[in-house]
Amino acid sequence: MMRRFLLALLLIASAAPAFAVNPDEMLKDPALESRARAISAELRCMVCQNQSIDDSNAELAKDLRLLVRKRITDGDSDQQVMSYIVSRYGEFVLLKPRFEVGTIALWLSPVLLFATGISLLATLFFRKDAPRAVNLLSPEERKRLNQLLDGPDC
Amino acid sequence: MIIEIGHYALILALATAIIVSLVPLIGARRVDQAMMDVGPIGSVVLFALVAFSFGVLTYAHVVSDFSVKNVWENSHSLMPLIYKYSGVWGNHEGSMMLWLLILALFSALVAVFGRNLPETLKANVLSVQAWISVAFILFILLTSNPFARLDPAPAEGKDLNPILQDIGLAIHPPLLYLGYVGFSVCFSFAVAALIEGRIDAAWARWVRPWTLAAWTFLTLGIAMGSYWAYYELGWGGWWFWDPVENASFMPWLAGTALLHSALVMEKREALKIWTVLLAILTFSLSLMGTFLVRSGVLTSVHAFASDPSRGVFILCILLLFIGGALSLFAFRAPRLTAGGLFAPISREGALVVNNLILTVACGTVLTGTLYPLVLETLTNDKISVGPPFFNMTFGLLMAPLLVIVPFGPLLAWKRGDLLGALQRLYAVAALAFVAAVLFFYLQHGGPVMSVLGLAAGLFLVLGAIADLWYRAGIGKQPLGIAWRRLKGLPRSAFGTALAHAGLGISVLGIVAVSTFQTEHVLQMKQGEVTDAGGYTLRFDGMKKATGPNYTEDRGHFTIARGGVEVADVWSAKRIYTAGQMPTTEAGILTFGASQLYVSLGDPTDDGGIVVRIWWKPYILCIWGGALVMAFGGFVSLSDRRLRVGAPRRKAKALQPVMEPAE
Repeated sequence: MMRRFLLALLLIASAAPAFAVNPDEMLKDPALESRARAISAELRCMVCQNQSIDDSNAELAKDLRLLVRKRITDGDSDQQVMSYIVSRYGEFVLLKPRFEVGTIALWLSPVLLFATGISLLATLFFRKDAPRAVNLLSPEERKRLNQLLDGPDC
Repeated sequence: MIIEIGHYALILALATAIIVSLVPLIGARRVDQAMMDVGPIGSVVLFALVAFSFGVLTYAHVVSDFSVKNVWENSHSLMPLIYKYSGVWGNHEGSMMLWLLILALFSALVAVFGRNLPETLKANVLSVQAWISVAFILFILLTSNPFARLDPAPAEGKDLNPILQDIGLAIHPPLLYLGYVGFSVCFSFAVAALIEGRIDAAWARWVRPWTLAAWTFLTLGIAMGSYWAYYELGWGGWWFWDPVENASFMPWLAGTALLHSALVMEKREALKIWTVLLAILTFSLSLMGTFLVRSGVLTSVHAFASDPSRGVFILCILLLFIGGALSLFAFRAPRLTAGGLFAPISREGALVVNNLILTVACGTVLTGTLYPLVLETLTNDKISVGPPFFNMTFGLLMAPLLVIVPFGPLLAWKRGDLLGALQRLYAVAALAFVAAVLFFYLQHGGPVMSVLGLAAGLFLVLGAIADLWYRAGIGKQPLGIAWRRLKGLPRSAFGTALAHAGLGISVLGIVAVSTFQTEHVLQMKQGEVTDAGGYTLRFDGMKKATGPNYTEDRGHFTIARGGVEVADVWSAKRIYTAGQMPTTEAGILTFGASQLYVSLGDPTDDGGIVVRIWWKPYILCIWGGALVMAFGGFVSLSDRRLRVGAPRRKAKALQPVMEPAE
């Protein structure tokens, strides 16, 4: 399946190198167009390697761009456009996966890593057996030190 | 015949590597000087053999010997000479040869410059390096032999991938590998220390120059790769969070952390266990990056390298080395004594926060890169993790780090004075903020939040200057004394300041370009005019042209400002004749640190052509900052305190009688 997609892409690419976002695709209303661009940047070109449909010149990316623009002009909200595209193409199309059962570990990983690091540090600094951070001199020690420092050089 | 000699040299190299991987190690156990001496000699011989073998492969490419399969697959007789050279590593087999060559180079450098290392440590380090060499020579000989022949020899080669026919390929991989593979030395030092079960501040002192060198090259390599992608891929992006980019970025993050934790270990003997672990992890990430790229488990623009059958072999190497090293670590680490203590607010404390954030950021990038793969294996669900995810998580994690960087050098070791540092920096912070607001106002447009980003970048740059300023005592001391103090500062102080300022410059570039860049997509006919970034572009028409191994349609643009012509540029769409592969050659014009980026699209029915023009303000700061960082790395490396063995040489010089040469 994937291979056939890639082959198709190759054929298209070698026949006529198309281009990301062509002027004829763009919406007249700049506000709507900029919404379309923002959405496009979050959608994956399914036949490319790690490109958004906004950057890709594949035919499928163009179809998706036009689809996004059609939904927007039909009055969908950004969220609705996204849901519609996902319902047709699956979660794979989202470059920023949604927070769901399958992606919990992904989204929580920075937090978990950070928490682990902090707790490790906490144990380092607040170990019972460790002297509290840097030991300060006791008053007696300070007095003794001053005596030594002030004492005659020998 | 010469090809077979090169092949044979590689097999001899394998034999040498096996000897070096065992004999010095046993020698170190028995404290047998003769056996340990095999290490340095063997490492130099190994390098010579690998270099010869690599030279033969290069020769085959340069003379276009198509009887060699590797040359036939990746070269063409009409290719310009420089690409015949760089084409050696523009393919899987050759790039593994380059990997090996640099690995052997580093081993030889340790052998030559490590004269003052304790004999047993040096022997162990060289043995561990040789283990890695054995693994990779075996990999090359068994799965990726570049010396395989074809009979009968084809008359013409299949050409190098056009995207790789660029000066970028000549520079980017060697720099990247010098970084990637340079961390192998840190790994070997860590494993050697674990084998010996002894580790101290001196160890950190020996490891730090290698870390610094590897880090510096990796910085250059990543920056170079990013710029290459920017001008070659033709859609103006400079970082894609592509798995392969991540593969090089993760060792960089870990290496940056290592650089800082090794500093703590050297100065204060703290964070020992962590530093050793980090040294292992950094190179493990390099190895994993190699695996990800070579095995093809993650397809990406570096696809020239993918072949699943090789993946298994590298996976074994990966498991063996990472697993082995981590097991050794788990076994030995508890025996390492804890080091010096410090208060949370201190230079050490700041560096610990640095390590925390960099490690978490690295872990996040790792999770994001591997998550789709793992999820698909476990549940068959296919998801994508792309730039929006990385920008968000990575950005949020790094933001606090940018703010604390200027504080680090101002805090004292052991117990720092945060209030004092704040007093010294609040003027700098205020200045940075005002300058950011001014800058934002002058550029008009963009989200207001970006002021904070600009301020963070400026704070880094100004903070780095402030650090040198206070160290020299400018303002407090008479100017003459301050000047002398400034000159007397160790080079590493300048290195630190440069690296931190470079980071600031990069941040400025990133924020400026993402906030203020403008994009213009339009159809143009000959003679039509459009505006971008305050410049006027006139499209003068198309022309056909032929290069040595391509034909192209190029469009000419004249750029004017205020009615005066200031520049002109060609932008082209190229077809490489051998493979009929199209590429875009963007026209790029530099104005100060900003660039106009002109890219051609499809011709339209009415005789025009689609043109994409970007105005990229201050984009050169992104890579300029990286250059400054790398320059800081070199300045630090030139610090005599860091030069390997400098202390010992000084000690020798103090002795009245010359010691006999070793």
